Amino acid sequence: MFSFGDIMAEALGLILTWDRDLSEIVLLSLRVTLTAVAIACLIGLPLGAIVGAFRFPGRGVATVLLNALMGLPPVVVGLFVYLMLSNAGPLGILGLLYTPSAMIIAQTILVTPIVAALTKQVVEDLHGEYAEQFASFGLTARERVAALLWDARYSLLTVALAGFGRAVAEVGAVLIVGGNINHVTRVMTTTIALETSKGNLELALALGVLLLGLAVIVNAGVMALRASAVRAAYA
Amino acid sequence: MRDTVMDIRAESPVAADPLLEARGLRFAAGGQTLIHGIDVAVEPGKRTLVMGANGSGKSLLLRLLHGLLTPSAGEVLWRGYAPERAARRAQAMVFQRPVMLRRSVLANLNFALKVHGLAGRARADRANEALEMARLTDLASHPARVLSGGEQQRLAVARALVCEPDLLFLDEPTSSLDPASTQMIEDLVNAAHKRGVTIVMVTHDMGQARRMGDEVIFLHAGRVAERGPLDQVLGAPRSEAARAWTQGRLYTPASL
Repeated sequence: MFSFGDIMAEALGLILTWDRDLSEIVLLSLRVTLTAVAIACLIGLPLGAIVGAFRFPGRGVATVLLNALMGLPPVVVGLFVYLMLSNAGPLGILGLLYTPSAMIIAQTILVTPIVAALTKQVVEDLHGEYAEQFASFGLTARERVAALLWDARYSLLTVALAGFGRAVAEVGAVLIVGGNINHVTRVMTTTIALETSKGNLELALALGVLLLGLAVIVNAGVMALRASAVRAAYA
Repeated sequence: MRDTVMDIRAESPVAADPLLEARGLRFAAGGQTLIHGIDVAVEPGKRTLVMGANGSGKSLLLRLLHGLLTPSAGEVLWRGYAPERAARRAQAMVFQRPVMLRRSVLANLNFALKVHGLAGRARADRANEALEMARLTDLASHPARVLSGGEQQRLAVARALVCEPDLLFLDEPTSSLDPASTQMIEDLVNAAHKRGVTIVMVTHDMGQARRMGDEVIFLHAGRVAERGPLDQVLGAPRSEAARAWTQGRLYTPASL
């Protein structure tokens, strides 16, 4: 029988001593997640802004697709990326399977629709306010998108945060394409799943605490930034 | 019902080369025709006022002339040609409710200048001049959205003028402002006019019309009821709609 108190004490010990295995896993998790969110923002922000700000044939379909893809099942994405990157797949030649790059690809696919769909909503509301003024300025489509994204920047922090939350907590896709290989592709969520099944609860709990702490810190940072923007009337 | 809406277009002198011209402008929405085949010409250097009752189509006409709305029929010509991108950028518009970008006062001005291709020292100098002109220098770093209504409208006018347009449209720019703020807006507009900017302004205010107008286009129910020099239209109106308006009488088609 294990004692929750003992395990928690050991878990905290691992965190406080900044255990080497623990730090390696945390840093890889952050690298994979932040890279995926950054790429998803590069794609999703302009994509969402275009769908939000412009009327074009198929806009309704694009909106439905973006909203539907927000709920993509991670294991299905993992399977799809696995098939693409496996030796028999069209991108097998790149040799990316079971590498952090494969995990980044899978997470990017999961996060991009979330960023794009939420951006679309934010930009659509802002564009409703700006549309006539922008038309009067005679802005090009590119200038319009850039200005909308800049002026919505504080609201879009929340959008990026939603993407971060999805990516950092994700297990299924990164497990399939990363393989959970020790010192190579082991991230916080996959390690928690593995170590729990092995009965190594201290490490699993330490990672769980860090994962929660990370989510709280990132949320608090973004909320504080947004609140200061609201006070200054920039949001 | 007798149609007493007077169209004196044929009697009005039309400039040889108008800056902006609308021919047969018609606009329909929701199954209703809101603008009925309007012909107007805006002469360079003039201050043209668009007047009329609520719902007469003043703001719609302004948006059609500025190209914010696409007419259902007819055309708008800029210097005799279909307007292109350069034409849009030679025009500016100030709306009844100023649209402030979520940026500082200075950044609002810089945005307009950047769109017009100004950069570096030229942009900074022009922005500072506009701040001074609008008496907003002390507020340059403030977020535009926390300014008072009068300050926001001054910024909107300064932002419209900072790129030195040939034609400035104003849609009731002082309708919700106090006399002091109204005076500042009128001073800005009149100063721009003296520099050669052509003005087309919607107003309900007879006093403002007398202070600010050269020509009046009087609209009623989406049609030009009367058009001519200010003194004529406000002093001796020929149409029933304009006469009722200047005498402060209620005028609806049912009262004809």
